[in-house]
Amino acid sequence: MDHFTVENLSICFGGLKAVNSVSFSVEKNSIFSIIGPNGSGKTTIFNMISGIYKPDSGRIICDGENIVGLTPDHVARKGVARTFQNIELFSNATVMDNLLLGRHIHMKTGVFAGAFLWGRGSAAAKEEIANREIVERIIDFLDLQSVRNHYVASLPYGKRKLVELGRALALEPKILLLDEPSAGMNTEEKGDLNIWIKDIQADYQVTILLIEHDMNMIMGISDRIFAMNQGEKIVEGVAAEVQSHPEVIKAYLGEEH
Amino acid sequence: MDMKRDYYEDVQLFKSNVVLFWSAALLLVLFTIPLYTPNYYIYLFNIIMVHIILAVGLNILVGSTGQISLGHAGFFAIGAYGTVLMMTTFQLPFVLAILIAAFIAAFFGFILGLPALRLEGPYLAIVSLGFGLTIMHIIGGMDVFGGRMGVKVPPLDLGIKQLGISWILTTDFQKYYLILITTIIMVVGARNILKTRVGRSFVAIRDSDIAAEVIGVNLTIYKTLAFAVSAFYAGIAGGLFGFVLGFFDPFTFNMILSIIFLVMVVVGGLGTIAGGIMGAALITYLQYDLLKNIAEVPYFGALMVAVSKQWFTVVGLENFSSMAIGLIMIGIIIFEPLGMFGVWIRMKKYWMTWPF
Repeated sequence: MDHFTVENLSICFGGLKAVNSVSFSVEKNSIFSIIGPNGSGKTTIFNMISGIYKPDSGRIICDGENIVGLTPDHVARKGVARTFQNIELFSNATVMDNLLLGRHIHMKTGVFAGAFLWGRGSAAAKEEIANREIVERIIDFLDLQSVRNHYVASLPYGKRKLVELGRALALEPKILLLDEPSAGMNTEEKGDLNIWIKDIQADYQVTILLIEHDMNMIMGISDRIFAMNQGEKIVEGVAAEVQSHPEVIKAYLGEEH
Repeated sequence: MDMKRDYYEDVQLFKSNVVLFWSAALLLVLFTIPLYTPNYYIYLFNIIMVHIILAVGLNILVGSTGQISLGHAGFFAIGAYGTVLMMTTFQLPFVLAILIAAFIAAFFGFILGLPALRLEGPYLAIVSLGFGLTIMHIIGGMDVFGGRMGVKVPPLDLGIKQLGISWILTTDFQKYYLILITTIIMVVGARNILKTRVGRSFVAIRDSDIAAEVIGVNLTIYKTLAFAVSAFYAGIAGGLFGFVLGFFDPFTFNMILSIIFLVMVVVGGLGTIAGGIMGAALITYLQYDLLKNIAEVPYFGALMVAVSKQWFTVVGLENFSSMAIGLIMIGIIIFEPLGMFGVWIRMKKYWMTWPF
């Protein structure tokens, strides 16, 4: 049985069919990439999966459970984490706090327990220490040690992308949605990111859905690729199939190439 | 910066022995102040501490969660009237009465938090402003609260009447210690809330509510919770404030008071505990002491009275404190948006890197 399935997903914005009856399924612990020209509906699919948009029709099945209609915070509790195309971080908090916020659903401390953090033995302190250890491992993994106590607002673009990736990882997701993780990175950073995504797949046992424009990266790391244009599927398959498909070439380069 | 060996060091109260030493010194000073200051200043300190509790609570809402409230005098009033009502009508001991009053205030905070789920910025400001005014007029119309004539507080009895234990605080000197201990508990509590899961969620909502939702923060719960926590602080502060004054009427809790509270938070520094404390101390001192007595300053005072009579009001310096506080607010927003906390940070950096 497939781990994560999208069935006949559609959404309209006014008269525009942004996503039209899209279906795909993703195997557990694989990297599934979605490509397509700008405005083809890739991010809209992510927004529907994470509950920000409510699809007009269709089902999204995660581990045998339909998650359509859940609010974003409930989707997160089902184990779906994501990053955003235009970074959405908590910029007036430190890197550490941003990553700890990723642990939100795994922590329990409420207002009263929090207010009574009066020593090492208190429940709130114990939980803080345990979760800071987990976050520290992610910081080590993504090489963020030097900026752990910096405010996000003071970080360069590439580092912010990593913090956002780290925050999604801190959630211990089953499904990780990465929306253009390499946008705005230089070649060296892209190379590192490539390795990290591979490592995440191996170490964290997580299924990765990837939107990306960097074709070298896509072709190198994806297990399967899903190409779409104007809200509709063109083709799905492994790298070589998608690359040579005439419709894909047409969508990217036009009729007369 | 010294080496960290343990994750507990990130969350502990006293990060080093230096901090511990100065905190102990500060506590020593705070606990001995009434022994060598005149009674009027003890009264002033009591009001300052009450305002500190409120400003720290308001800062959780305005500074950390990014929701505005122009109705905090309403929660303040609920705390004050609620405590007195619990003690007179229901004959409850003081500690229980003030806690119940604060929880009632928190409940009203939750109610006010509901429209905040849909409203932002100026719209929320108008709703909360309406809330503050409504509370003031509803209380003014209720006979059980003494109506517009006001209410005189019962003796501040820390004991339990029903058991025959009685420990009545009568002077400002005695009340000082009660208020000081409450303030310390409330401030440390606020600091702990902001350091743990709930406080981080508040900050997340302020900085990016969409990202907060996507990582699992329930906006409905946490936005209303921020209002409730903030109102709880205002309720505790209100309960104590009643006993500092001894007598109050509904117009003690007018709209201007709500705005003054907001000024405290902005002048002190949004989103920080120290900011709330510094802002409350400065503005309260200015309002109750310095600006009240400005007319007695030689030359300058007489000049201000003349200017005020000529242009603003016929009764002397009535409006002067509002004008001065307004000017301070404008100055802070233009020159130091982080408030007094920003000045403090800059001073600290300067000394740490001195002589460079």
